[in-house]
Amino acid sequence: MLGIVNVPSGVWIDERGVIIRPPETASPRRPAFLDREIPLDATPRQRALVEAVRNLRIDAETYLAALRDWVAHGSTSVYALPPDVVIERSRPRSRDEALAAAHFELGQHLHRSGDSVAAIPHFRAAHRLDPANWTYKRQAWSFVDPGQGANDVYDGDWLSDVLAIGPENYYPALDMEPPSAHEKRGG
Amino acid sequence: MLLDALTVPADLFERRTGWAVRPEGLCKGALCVPLPDHVAGELLDVQVVAERLSMPLLHDAPSGLWCLGPEVLGRALTTAELPNIELPDLRGRPFSLRSLRGRKVLLVAWASW
Repeated sequence: MLGIVNVPSGVWIDERGVIIRPPETASPRRPAFLDREIPLDATPRQRALVEAVRNLRIDAETYLAALRDWVAHGSTSVYALPPDVVIERSRPRSRDEALAAAHFELGQHLHRSGDSVAAIPHFRAAHRLDPANWTYKRQAWSFVDPGQGANDVYDGDWLSDVLAIGPENYYPALDMEPPSAHEKRGG
Repeated sequence: MLLDALTVPADLFERRTGWAVRPEGLCKGALCVPLPDHVAGELLDVQVVAERLSMPLLHDAPSGLWCLGPEVLGRALTTAELPNIELPDLRGRPFSLRSLRGRKVLLVAWASW
């Protein structure tokens, strides 16, 4: 509904129920996985997995500092965005992405109703139509393998897909810059 | 939004999509899309609404269900006004984000995969 495609994502909402910042990568502290050691007895896949998560880009310090500034200063915080900019910075939505959302919702319903086989084509369609949506992929992968590894049901798996885009691109870089003049003009 | 028929009560449609029937048409925040007069009643014609809001309408023949995707109007957010999101809490009881009005809210999406 809000354009969330990965976790953790945070949305700031003010006292009037107005969104102040659209979904963006939100971590309250530096994640422990960024400093994870590679076990001496790690398999090649385990080693690749740890190396990938250590290279994820997640800037918790910047995010938390901005959040604290907004809590202290409210609408005068430099991080509080005007409504037009909130909309402009939210995720673009194409016809394919909207159709992917419908397939995913139907797949979720069928899976929860006990018909996990019938859910698979809908999850596969959601993955094909919106490949940048990690929540769609991870949810379906976790149903066939809690470790989200390679499987014979879906085309991808967490490690392969992350390596394909580069771990540094898994989480979009935070954009904590104030609105540009272009954004303020609604361009 | 899952459906078992191609008509939907307007109040249910609003709770699930954030789009409310008003005299101007279907509205979310300050954005309104006109509706034909015969559609703007208490029971909405899903196919007309889907066409007006550019919502994909998906049919799953084996289950007999329909699923209406979100509107395609450029961005995921068409307004900065938060829709009245209601989700089950840890005990399964409905929790409305609207109940937090008057306080700053950080809404965090997370998963336990």
